[in-house]
Amino acid sequence: MRRRAVFNNKVLPYVLVTPQLLITLVFFFWPAGQAVYQSFLFQDAFGLRQSFVWFDNFRALIIDPLYLDSAGRTVVFTISVTALSMSFGLLFAAMADRRIRGATGYKTLLIWPYAVAPAVAAVLLLFIFHPSIGLLGRALVRMGVPWDYSLNGPQAMLLVVLASAWKQVSYNFLFFLAGLQSIQRPVIEAAAIDGAGPVRRFWSIMFPLLSPTTFFLLVVNLVYAFFDTFGTIHVLTRGGPGKATETLIYKAYVDGVINLDLGGSSAQSVVLMLIVIALTAIQFRYIERRVHY
Amino acid sequence: MVEGRSRAAWLPHAVLTAGVLIFAFPIYMALIGSTHDAATIGRGSLPLYPGEWGLENYAQAWTQGSGQRVKASPVARMMFNSFVMAVVIAVGKIAASIISAYAVVFFLFPLRMLFFWMIFITLMLPVEVRMIPTFKVLSDLGMINTFAGLTLPLIASATATLLFRQFFLTVPDELVDAAKIDGAGPLRFFRHVLLPLSKTNMAALFVILFIYGWNQYLWPLLFTTSSGMDTIVIGITKMIGTGDAQTDWNLIMATTMLAMLPPVAVVIFMQRWFVKGLVEAEK
Repeated sequence: MRRRAVFNNKVLPYVLVTPQLLITLVFFFWPAGQAVYQSFLFQDAFGLRQSFVWFDNFRALIIDPLYLDSAGRTVVFTISVTALSMSFGLLFAAMADRRIRGATGYKTLLIWPYAVAPAVAAVLLLFIFHPSIGLLGRALVRMGVPWDYSLNGPQAMLLVVLASAWKQVSYNFLFFLAGLQSIQRPVIEAAAIDGAGPVRRFWSIMFPLLSPTTFFLLVVNLVYAFFDTFGTIHVLTRGGPGKATETLIYKAYVDGVINLDLGGSSAQSVVLMLIVIALTAIQFRYIERRVHY
Repeated sequence: MVEGRSRAAWLPHAVLTAGVLIFAFPIYMALIGSTHDAATIGRGSLPLYPGEWGLENYAQAWTQGSGQRVKASPVARMMFNSFVMAVVIAVGKIAASIISAYAVVFFLFPLRMLFFWMIFITLMLPVEVRMIPTFKVLSDLGMINTFAGLTLPLIASATATLLFRQFFLTVPDELVDAAKIDGAGPLRFFRHVLLPLSKTNMAALFVILFIYGWNQYLWPLLFTTSSGMDTIVIGITKMIGTGDAQTDWNLIMATTMLAMLPPVAVVIFMQRWFVKGLVEAEK
């Protein structure tokens, strides 16, 4: 798309794009290129010699049971976080969309968790679910549940999922609410006149009309669960106990920063990059379709 | 209003109140935790009402950060770091994006579309996937432990550029023609027509980007090797360490409350811009 009226200037536009382009080149293209390049190299344990090994790092990844485990775990984690935060977001939005007293107040009180950093959300839940000092953690132990997320893998996973979803509900709520409020009221009233109750109206009319919002949120939540939950995991479990909460992004961090396996970690980064590119591409296809919608 | 006739008017209230409580409860417990002493929390006997150590805890966290068992920089220092980081990222992103969007929309020049696509494609590369190579680039440039190194890699933003581009495309051609007839050059047009028109967009974007910057985790964690550069979110993690029961939880909770204050206040008091920014930036 272009404008009809433009300015003519030979130098100015280049000057204007320079800052952003410079940052993009130095901090996006150079490192991304490095990551791709590194992923084709093998470095010996002392970092003295490097050799070009083509796709060996990638081949090593896909036959590495640890990596495959981590991938499987990431899928479980991502689906749980997405399902949990989207369903609660939708529930609250559906309720706040009714014309009730104090709707604005509820809205304010439901959106603020968006501002809480994922890592800080993790701290808040840790303080509640800690087996010896947390209110709910102690209550669970007193009821006879052997609750200790620092020893029990599934419990650790549950807590990480809860902390990640807790923070994300408000985001989904906000978008679902905006989506619901943009639905034409006469459509819903017509259904009501035809005798459809509130539940039926919601599932047969409003939910299908929300599908663009739902799809958009699905992609955003997948990306959130993939990448932004690093802080949550780092605070709560450091990927443990064992590797029970080590997702792909956390594994890339551990292998690259702690185990200093640059080739392997870069190959993992490249895989993650491809996943994001795929998700973004899907999203843009959908946005393009929405234009004709 | 047929749909308002619902008999079950109590249901939305019940569900929403439950939701509000689910979100408020952890904050309430953190607040309570920050007003007791470490021993009470460590024994596992934290009550549901506030204690009397609040002032001491907050004062100690603010000025020293360290307690008997945790070592950290003063919260004042870490808040300052976070604040500088968030503001520089927000202002930097807005400034770099608005002028590049201006160039792409209001000028025709060779390589225009190439530049646009180069910026656009960065939308697909979150900082998490390029962290280690970025770290290496910065150490090659000698920028480790500087605010520039902390913020610059997060400043390039395709989202902000796209948002401004979208908005600029809606500016009527007549406005440009009128400015030209009045003898205004491109810089004058930008300064006196476009910038004032973009005010709401800039405010909305600032709110979102401030929160984004304040809440950064992985990059500051990797990047800041000296504790004087720690941001508040990283500081809390370092204070918690392995999450032992016997630590200065009172200080950690006071720090947590302080860390949440600025971004939450921004969301609550600038709610209108926040919602606008969020909904538009994600389109």
